[in-house]
Amino acid sequence: MTTISDYIGKGARANVESALKKVRDNESYHALLSLTEARALERADAVDRGDITGRLAGVPFIVKDNFLAYGAPTTAASHMLAHFNAPLQATAVEKLEAAGAICIGKANLDAFAHGGSTENSAFGPTKNATDQTRVAGGSSGGSAVVTALDIVPFALGSDTGGSIRQPASFNGVVGVKPTYGTVSRYGVVAMASSTDTIGTFATNCADAELIMSIIAGRDSKDMTTLPDFFEPLDTVQPGLKIGLIKEFMTEDVDEDVRARVNGYIMKLRDAGHTVEDVSLPGVAHALAVYYIIVPAEISSNLARYDGIRYGHRAEGVTTLAQLYGKSRDEGFVTENKRRIIIGSFVLSSGYFDAYFAKAQKVRTLLIAEFDSLFEKYDMLIGPVTPTPAFALGENVDDPIKMYLADIMTVPASLAGLPAMSIPAGNTKSGLPVGVQLIGPRRSDAQLLALARSMETH
Amino acid sequence: MTEISRDDVQRLAQLSSIALSDSELDALAPDITNILGYVDQLSAIDTGGVEPTYQVTELENVWRADEIDDYGINRDDLLALAPDSKDGQIKVPKVL
Repeated sequence: MTTISDYIGKGARANVESALKKVRDNESYHALLSLTEARALERADAVDRGDITGRLAGVPFIVKDNFLAYGAPTTAASHMLAHFNAPLQATAVEKLEAAGAICIGKANLDAFAHGGSTENSAFGPTKNATDQTRVAGGSSGGSAVVTALDIVPFALGSDTGGSIRQPASFNGVVGVKPTYGTVSRYGVVAMASSTDTIGTFATNCADAELIMSIIAGRDSKDMTTLPDFFEPLDTVQPGLKIGLIKEFMTEDVDEDVRARVNGYIMKLRDAGHTVEDVSLPGVAHALAVYYIIVPAEISSNLARYDGIRYGHRAEGVTTLAQLYGKSRDEGFVTENKRRIIIGSFVLSSGYFDAYFAKAQKVRTLLIAEFDSLFEKYDMLIGPVTPTPAFALGENVDDPIKMYLADIMTVPASLAGLPAMSIPAGNTKSGLPVGVQLIGPRRSDAQLLALARSMETH
Repeated sequence: MTEISRDDVQRLAQLSSIALSDSELDALAPDITNILGYVDQLSAIDTGGVEPTYQVTELENVWRADEIDDYGINRDDLLALAPDSKDGQIKVPKVL
């Protein structure tokens, strides 16, 4: 696979045209919802004239279609926003453009990022880069697949409960979910505000680190961003103490997945790091906490789609209530509605304390467990998902089965911790497997430095 | 276990301003019952004296200067996004 450096110093137009050709050669994967071709070629010519410069001058990239960007609609893979032309760009996109990078298109996702397979896209699923009968993962499935197919050297995604890490694992690329608050969410379609994060897919860890260093930083347009802290490390700290989350390595987890994680652990030990079993019993309840808190926040965040100011407006209605009701029924996919309704339930009078407040208290207990492990260990390790990519259609009729694919990624999200998925080889049948590193808040650079050092070990 | 009936889903859909079709009402009632059945596991956990965590930024009261910043977006661009507008206003169906 190519790396960012392969694109530097080449003709920008040639880079963009070659990426667009690869898009057309790979249409059967349905990884993209639109191309920003005209704008991309204009910017490429500006780079070639020397009018646009920067560390990423002429490097093509793709963004998940919940990032507001110029040159194509921002649909969030929904009928609601099918024709929404953004009047502004996401801060992350602006920062990459300021560095000279060129956005060539918008990647498929589960509608409004609700899902773990990209099968909830209103415009049809994306297929796995290794096996077209299997899911891409989600919700950032399109971004993972365009990176794995080497269409572009990196692609942006969002991760609320695993939406970068899980598809990275399913397609064999690097996926980084930073500490909550590292990257501005301004201009990204909101899902669950207490866990939404912005991160990147890349073909290797050094590239992921470079992209994170460009998009990270406080933004006055997003009051939840942390003061600047992300600084890549030249070398990894020797002799790191790493805890293997034993609850993630039980017999319920696919044998090949465990074998690949154990293989990576052997390499870590060879490199002089210590890996010991640790227990994080709270992960048993993390998924239940997540599927209360996240629908609650979704029901609130998606209230803005009312068919009035922007987005889909239903025809043939006579009252305002009908306009809201029909516009939202037509604009959302079933999973959006399911989550909004669960959110309305857990926030409703009489159930708030038993569900929403209870979940937030169990979340506190989970965070305390993480904090106490991080007193002894520099970081934690485990699989990203219990299985490799599942078959298209396998889980679509069973929401709980679909949610269970997130069981190893939601704990870090609920605690706001940085986590990443690193390719760790394939199953016997050739499907990619990822290994997950999870660190304390603001340890992003340490995770990336370790992962980078292991690529060459 | 919390049983969610078709009528409950209808009521919640109304609260959420979604005019669900009959087939979705039928499908969502058992789905939501099952999901709530799964998350009910939390009721067995002792959370006495535990404070809830509503956000994980560790930030408090982020202030900014009290100055207008339009973020470079103008009124016409925003109006152009509305499905229907007239004389610089967003147009909606008659309410009363």
